[in-house]
Amino acid sequence: MADKNVIRKEDAVVRFAGDSGDGMQLSGTLFSDTSALDGNDIATFPDYPAEIRAPHNTIAGVSGFQVHIGKKIYSSGDKADVLVCMNPASLKSNLKWARVGATIIVDLDTFTEDAIAKAGYESSPLDDDSLSNYNVVKAPITTLTVEAVKDIFTDRKSALRCRNMFALGMIFFIFGKTTNHADDYLQTKFKNKPEVIEANQKVIRAGFNYCENVDVQETTLPRVDVETAEMPKGKYRNITGNIATAWGLLAAAEKAHLPLFLGSYPITPATDIMVELAKRKSLGAKVFQAEDEIAGICSAIGASFAGNMACTSTSGPGLSLKSEALGLAVMAELPLVVIDVQRGGPSTGLPTKTEQADLNQALFGRNGEAPCIVVAPSSSANCFNWAFEAARLALETMTPTIMLSDAYLGNGSQLFRIPKMSDFPEIHPPFATPNDPEYQPYRRDPKTLVRQWAIPGMDGLRHRIGGLEKTDGKGAVSTDNLNHEKMVHYRKEKIDRLADRLPLQEVSGDEDADLLVVGWGGTAGALKNAVSELRQEGKKVAYTHFHYISPLPKNTGDILKKYKKIVVCELNMGQFVNYLRMNFQGILFHQYNKVQGLPFEVSELKEQFNKILGE
Amino acid sequence: MVAHSNVTLTKADFASDQMVKWCPGCGDHGILAAVHNVFPKINYRKEDYCIVSGIGCSSRFPYYVNTYGFHGIHGRPAAIATGVKMANPKLSVWITAGDGDSTAIGGNHFMHIIRRNMDVNLIMFNNRIYGLTKGQYSPTTKQGQVTKTSPFGVIDYQLNPGELVLGVRGTFFARAIDTQSASLQTVCERMAAHDGTAVVEVLQNCVIFNNGTHQDVTDKDLREDRQLWVEHGKPMIFGKNRDKGLVMIGRSLKVVKIGEGITEKDILVHDETTEDTGIHTMLAQMRPPEYPMVFGVIRAVKKPTYNQMFEAQQEEQMAHGAIRSVDELLNSGETWEIK
Repeated sequence: MADKNVIRKEDAVVRFAGDSGDGMQLSGTLFSDTSALDGNDIATFPDYPAEIRAPHNTIAGVSGFQVHIGKKIYSSGDKADVLVCMNPASLKSNLKWARVGATIIVDLDTFTEDAIAKAGYESSPLDDDSLSNYNVVKAPITTLTVEAVKDIFTDRKSALRCRNMFALGMIFFIFGKTTNHADDYLQTKFKNKPEVIEANQKVIRAGFNYCENVDVQETTLPRVDVETAEMPKGKYRNITGNIATAWGLLAAAEKAHLPLFLGSYPITPATDIMVELAKRKSLGAKVFQAEDEIAGICSAIGASFAGNMACTSTSGPGLSLKSEALGLAVMAELPLVVIDVQRGGPSTGLPTKTEQADLNQALFGRNGEAPCIVVAPSSSANCFNWAFEAARLALETMTPTIMLSDAYLGNGSQLFRIPKMSDFPEIHPPFATPNDPEYQPYRRDPKTLVRQWAIPGMDGLRHRIGGLEKTDGKGAVSTDNLNHEKMVHYRKEKIDRLADRLPLQEVSGDEDADLLVVGWGGTAGALKNAVSELRQEGKKVAYTHFHYISPLPKNTGDILKKYKKIVVCELNMGQFVNYLRMNFQGILFHQYNKVQGLPFEVSELKEQFNKILGE
Repeated sequence: MVAHSNVTLTKADFASDQMVKWCPGCGDHGILAAVHNVFPKINYRKEDYCIVSGIGCSSRFPYYVNTYGFHGIHGRPAAIATGVKMANPKLSVWITAGDGDSTAIGGNHFMHIIRRNMDVNLIMFNNRIYGLTKGQYSPTTKQGQVTKTSPFGVIDYQLNPGELVLGVRGTFFARAIDTQSASLQTVCERMAAHDGTAVVEVLQNCVIFNNGTHQDVTDKDLREDRQLWVEHGKPMIFGKNRDKGLVMIGRSLKVVKIGEGITEKDILVHDETTEDTGIHTMLAQMRPPEYPMVFGVIRAVKKPTYNQMFEAQQEEQMAHGAIRSVDELLNSGETWEIK
């Protein structure tokens, strides 16, 4: 684009907002996929209500989809450069996500007295100066959509279903994108409904042409050329964290040469993992939709005892229900992968919003001394690697392993460089040898303290285990006091010793930093951006992000002792910082916490870091 | 399918080295003896039996049988056994659970494993009391009974486990008695042969906390008149003198005396295979003194099991599904090259 009116930018954020049924997720996905195919790096994040179809035109019914495109993208972005609002309610609830000066596209036709009132406005925000800090484009989207398809649809209802495509067409114009990918998508999706394909394609073009022809172009509509990514060579795809998690588990099962068993119960925002695995019977995945969360994990424990790679997926309330059974898996020392896609809590809380407040539950939420391995992915794409790693650790150490994903990672999407399975290690569970005369259920490897896995059906290894305390070695039920203490220590020590076999924690940024920023889990994108921007501004900052939570990497203490100031940032009230305080006494930690069901914004992080640096 | 043993097994093959810690006189001993006797008769490879239990006196069972065994947590044996069977369909999976495990804390799992027709065998030890916690009432305790937690008498209505099994259209339901070993063994053999969830409710006596709860049907002097042992294809006749039987009058079952105008031919013949749960439910509901209590295999219906249907889908997909490896999966759908 050589046009002098075109602004060149490193990145841009577009937010689509409308009623739940307005198809905003689809517009957003088509825009992000188009951008990715065009060479941009991308990240997306859906922001949808807990209700499937809340009353029309109300705030409760607003659904959003944010797309961040650019040269190097770590997160779905802070504030939108372009905000699409399909009705007054979406403007009312999404204005706070638009940066000052942003372009706001509204469907003028929807600003009726009734809809304005339903959104909670006293009068139309388009008629006063409340939007004077923004570049508002008042497009008659409904009228023009109906007009565009009048030869195809005689009923208004069918015509209105295409409104999201008009908005998409306008966004394509602004960002100089072609309609090729959207056309292909519509062709495949509606291959038996040619009229729907034609209508949607017409409407996309109508949106595009509207921008080109109408005088909004000169006066208010920006044209943006977003820089393409400098990505390593390779084959890419777009992937959500939940799909990446499901695939990571399948990958681990393949490398362990075991069938994958998933016992789960649907729960937002984790359900997609189960939905995806249920499709994968051709890869040997066995998905059991249990009658409840407890049956989900208990069936997985049974499957693990019987020799499958067993998993259960859930969110916070489900993890609570699984607590007792998780303790059983700790006691039985069976491999089990628990995926917790965290959401806002406590209780039902904010089912569709993100939070990192299940850390304490994952670390401590069981009766007795019941340590598990805990890991956390940090991006939608690396959910693949961390699900693989969680399964590897569970299988090789015969210990239940919890992976703490979250709604932001799980529902969000990212470009994913497609790996080759030949680059992943084989997984070696410690199987017992049939007819081994020395076999004892709780005989441990002296170095790792890991017991062996004897599978029902194997000759000469019949044994009974369960939730009662075991005799060291032999595994028979024991109530002996000293034996109990010894076994409690073994279960803890087994996890501590795992740290010897894990990679060391890495730190990026300035060697002589004045501030070490610490994060874990799904916040990496915003933290990375904030640190990088501060360093560009000349501040001396270092950054370390934890994926291994229990056990912590061996050099954690050494790292923490090196820096003058440390700030631990997390989307809870300080669960990780308190875990660090517990483990590394005498170190002063600052903390920055947010519990709004939302990811961090780069701007708030920078502000916070500057404040600490200035103290 | 579970593989048969190619060597002859005996009771000794299943004896465990653990000391049996049930109270002297407990009904559990009888059930254990029956299982020790019947497993060699069923004759699966000894490594292919897996016993799963919950919590309670009955749930110590796996420790006392030398097979693979898993002692779970309260109420969850059905869920754990589901995973065992799905992970390895070649195992003969047995659940030992009490009335609390099955109908109280684990009622949900009990109901659903039966509804799904998972291919497992469930021995329900019904002593109508919580024994291991020393004598609190359970869902199967008689209304009015004084227990530790019902000092003024139980006000809960009593649950009849058979009605629950039949209510979710269980494919196999039998009843037996802890001390009547031969018939219990016969039932266990039938369970092993049945494809699907086979449930036997064993009237089991807790000698300490609920002694004699089943006495009205198990007492030596009463039992012939109060136990009706049904057999498929045979008229439902009982009584000391084999002179009482069941007939259908209107929509109800009635006890009649043979002779005095009624012959054996008038007596209702037991059909365990009928899909309709109507008569099976009536049989399960019968209680003395008006009726005898029914024992033996009340229902054994052929229906595809969850496992058969699950494996059929799996085999179909593994044979014909498009995606054959994780590499193929990763590269499926929309991808693009950055050069």
